[in-house]
Amino acid sequence: MDTDLSFQKNNDLSIVLCGQAGQGIQTVEYLLTRIFKLAGYNVFATKEYMSRIRGGTNSTEIRVSSEFVGASVNRIDILIPLDRGAVGHVEKRISPQTIILAEKETIADDFDQTRHKFIDVPFAKTASDIGNKIYSNVVAVGTIAGLFGVEWQTISKYVKQYFSAKPEDVVQSNITAAKEGFTLATGLINSSEIKIDIRNDTKVKGQILLSGAEAVALGAIAGGCNFISSYPMSPSTGVLVFLAGKAKDFGIITEQAEDEIAAINMAVGAWYAGARAMVTTSGGGFALMIEGLSLAGMLESPIVIHLAQRPGPATGLPTRTEQADLELALYAGHGEFPRIILAPGKIEDGFYLTQRAFNLADKYQVPVFILTDQYFVDSCYNTDFLDLSNINVEKHVVKTEVDYERYKLTANGISPRGIPGFGRGLVVVDSDEHDQAGHITEDLGLRTKMVDKRLRKFELLKKEVIQPELIGSGSYKNLVVCWGSTYNIVKEAVKNLGRDDIAALHFKQVYPLPGETMEYLQRAEKTIIVENNATAQFARLIRLNTGIDIENRILKYNGLSFSVEELTEELNGMLDHG
Amino acid sequence: MACWIMGKTMDAQIFDMDNIDVAWCPGCGNFPILMILKKALAELEVEPANLVLVSGIGQAAKIPHYFKTNVFNGLHGRALPPATAIKAANPALAVIAQSGDGDMYGEGGNHFLHTIRRNPDITNIVHNNMVYGLTKGQASPTSQMGFRTPVQVNGVFLEPFNPLAVAIALNAGFVARAFAGDSEQTKEILKKAIKHKGYALVDIFQPCPSFNKLNTYQWFKEHTYYLEDSHDQYDRNEAFKRATETEKLSLGIFYINPDKKTFEENIGTYQENQQPLYERKPDIGKLRNLIETFKIAD
Ligand SMILES: Cc1ncc(C[n+]2csc(CCOP(=O)(O)OP(=O)(O)O)c2C)c(N)n1
Ligand code: SF4
Repeated sequence: MDTDLSFQKNNDLSIVLCGQAGQGIQTVEYLLTRIFKLAGYNVFATKEYMSRIRGGTNSTEIRVSSEFVGASVNRIDILIPLDRGAVGHVEKRISPQTIILAEKETIADDFDQTRHKFIDVPFAKTASDIGNKIYSNVVAVGTIAGLFGVEWQTISKYVKQYFSAKPEDVVQSNITAAKEGFTLATGLINSSEIKIDIRNDTKVKGQILLSGAEAVALGAIAGGCNFISSYPMSPSTGVLVFLAGKAKDFGIITEQAEDEIAAINMAVGAWYAGARAMVTTSGGGFALMIEGLSLAGMLESPIVIHLAQRPGPATGLPTRTEQADLELALYAGHGEFPRIILAPGKIEDGFYLTQRAFNLADKYQVPVFILTDQYFVDSCYNTDFLDLSNINVEKHVVKTEVDYERYKLTANGISPRGIPGFGRGLVVVDSDEHDQAGHITEDLGLRTKMVDKRLRKFELLKKEVIQPELIGSGSYKNLVVCWGSTYNIVKEAVKNLGRDDIAALHFKQVYPLPGETMEYLQRAEKTIIVENNATAQFARLIRLNTGIDIENRILKYNGLSFSVEELTEELNGMLDHG
Repeated sequence: MACWIMGKTMDAQIFDMDNIDVAWCPGCGNFPILMILKKALAELEVEPANLVLVSGIGQAAKIPHYFKTNVFNGLHGRALPPATAIKAANPALAVIAQSGDGDMYGEGGNHFLHTIRRNPDITNIVHNNMVYGLTKGQASPTSQMGFRTPVQVNGVFLEPFNPLAVAIALNAGFVARAFAGDSEQTKEILKKAIKHKGYALVDIFQPCPSFNKLNTYQWFKEHTYYLEDSHDQYDRNEAFKRATETEKLSLGIFYINPDKKTFEENIGTYQENQQPLYERKPDIGKLRNLIETFKIAD
C-alpha cells in the first residue's frame, strides 16, 4: 500500500465527508469550516443531500486552500466515508491520488483497499472508548483539523464554544473526542503516513465565513426588511429560518403562512401599510404565488421575492440544484408589468443585491426577484467583511394630502406612493383596472393610459441596470456567458484554461438585460453559454433581446452544480487548438 | 380594534362617495349592508383615514369602492392575508376584511381557517348570499342541498359549508350571524364585532334577487330567529350546537372568547416599540455586530 504522499504541491485540498443523513455530517462540516477559518485557511464548503431526514447518502465537500476558493471541484483529495455505501456514492470522484481515511470495520469491504490509498483510523472505536459511538464525528473533526496542522488550542476553543449550550458533561465528552481525534492525527503525521502542508493566509482572519442563504438574509436586514411571510420549501427555507432567529433583534415580523398564496398576499398587504416585505420560496411555491405577483404588478406594489431554484417540474429533486426557473420568474404573472431579476454570483452578491432589491422595489413600485439556487444558498466561503458604508435604506413613501390619488398619471410612470395612516389622504388600491384615485373602472381609454403608465417604468429600470462583469482578458476571442450561482465555477475553469483569448461574462442582473450585452457578444468570435438547465434559458433571453444566438452550449441538469474540472474540460473541448 | 376617535357624533355620510356608479342589482342585499356598516362605523367614530377596507373579488367585494376610506381591493379569495399584514404593519389602523361567501369560504377557505387561528385584530364580514353573484349564479360553498344552477344541473349535493361551526371549532374570538334585512340588529352586531379585540366573524345573510331565487328576503325572514337573551355567548359547546341547527337558523352573537392574545401581541414586534413599521429603520450598528459574528473570531 502506497501511503507516501506529498500534498505540498497544490496547496488546495478537497475533503469530502460522506455518510447517511442523521450521522452528523452537517456538524462536521460546520465545525471544520469554522476551525479552518479560525486557523487562517481559505475555505469553501458545499453539500449535496437527499430529500430525507435519516439514511440515504449525503456528502459535503470542504476545500481548504492557501488562496481564495469559491467553487466546487470534482476531485477528492481526502475522503472520509462514515458508513457503508459512502465510497460507492462518490466513486466517480475518487482517483488514485485520493486518500481514504476511514475505519476498516465501518466500511468493511466497500472498496478494494489495495487499489486505494487507505488509512485505517479508528473514529468509532475511539468514540466508543470515550463512552458513545455518537462522538465519532467529533473525533473525525479533531483528526482532520490535526492533519491540517491546526493548533489544538484553536480546535478545543471552538468545539467548546459550539457545544456551550449543552450540559457540561456533553461539552467535556466532545472536547475529549476532538482531543483523541487530534492525537490520532499527530500519530499519523509522526509516522509519516500522511503529510499536509498548507500555508495560511493573513487576509482570512478579518474576513467572514458566509453562506448564500445568510448573505441573502443579511441583505434583507440591510435593505430594511421588517416583514417576511413564507411557507417552508427547500432550498429557500434557510432565509426564513435566519430571519426568524433575528426577528426580535431587528423587529422583523416573521410569519409562516398557511400557503404560498397567503404568503405573497400578506407581503403585498404589508407593503401597502408601509412595511418592507419579502417572501422566500422555491419553484413550486412560487408557482402558487404567481397570481399574487400579478397583483403586485397591478397595485404597483413593491415586493422582494427570493426564489431559490431547485430542479422541477413539479416536486422534482427537492434538495438539488438547477437554474431552470429563469423563464418562470421572467414570464410569471398574467398581464403585462415591469419587473427586475437579480441573480447573485458571489456569495456577497447575495447581500448587496438583496439590500438593493428593497430600494429598487420601493423606488419603482415593482417586483424584484433575487434568483438563487440550492448550490448558492447551501455553499459558503470566506469573503471580505461586508461594506456597510453605502447601506442606505431609501424610503419612497410620501405623506398624503386630502386630495391624494394613488395612481396619478405621471410623466415617468411613477405615482407617489402613500400609505394609510400617514397623512390626511386616503389610499385606495385595486386589483381591477382602476382610475387615478385607485377605484375600479371600465373606462377603456383610461385603461390604455394606466397600462402605458405602468410600462413606462420599464424605461427607468433599464437605467438602473447592473452591467455584467467581464472576467479575464479584454481582448478575448472566446466568450463564456453565464449568470447567477455559476460565477466562481466559471471563473476558476476559465483561469485553469490558462489562455489569453478567453474571457467570461457574468450577469448578476438578468432582467432587464444590460444594454452592454450586445457589444460584448459582438466582440467575440465564439460564444459559449454555461447554464445549469437543459434548454439554455438565458441564451434564449439574450437572443430575444439582442438577436444574437449563442450556439455553443454547456448545460447540466442532473441536479448537481458544475464542478470546476468538468467545466474546464468541456470548455477546452469547445475551443480551437491551433 | 381600538382605534376610533372620541369626539362629536360622526355622521355616516362621512363615508359616502360622490358620483359613483354602483354595480349592484336593484333590490340586492348588499345595499343595506353598505348602509348599515357606514352607520356602525360612524357610531363607533372610526375615522375614514384610520380605516382600511380590504376585500377580494365578487359583487360583495366591490363594497369598498362605495366607501370613502382607505381601500385594499385585492384578489379573489385573498382578503384575509393582506388584512392580517396591514394590521400587523400598523396596528393603529382599523381593518375590516369583507367579501362574499364564495370568496371567503371557497377560494379563500384555507385563509379563513388559518386567519382564525392567527387571530389578528380584524373584523371579517362575509356577505353570504349562498350563490356566486358576479360569475352569474353558480353554487357557492354555502348553497343549500338541492340548489339548482346552470352548473349544478342536478342540484347541489355537497354538504353546505357551515362557517359558524367551523369558526367555533377553531375557537374564534367572536362569531356572529346577521341578516341584511334587519338593519338595527345587524348594526349592533357589527359594532360589537368591530370593537372586539381579535378576529371577529360576522356572516351576514344577504339575499341575491338576481341569482338566488330560493333564499329570498321572505325565505330568510321565515327561516331565521334571534338567539335568546339567555344564550351564553361564552359557552363554546352550546354555541357549536346552535351553529349546527338546520331547521331554523339563528342570528346573533353565538360565541365570544375574550381571552385570546392577538396576532399583533403574539409577534412581539410592538412590545417595546410602538412605532408602526413604516417609521422604523434597521439598526445598522446592530447589523454590523451581527456580521462580526461571522468572523468566527475568538
Ligand atoms: C382566481 C379567480 N378565480 C375566479 C374568479 C372569478 N370570480 C369572481 S367573483 C367569483 C365568485 C363570487 O362569489 P362570491 O364570493 O360569493 O361573491 P358575490 O359575487 O356573490 O358577492 C368568482 C368565481 C376570479 N376573479 N379569480
Ligand atoms: S348578483 Fe346578486 S349579489 Fe350580486 S349585486 Fe346582483 S343581486 Fe346582489
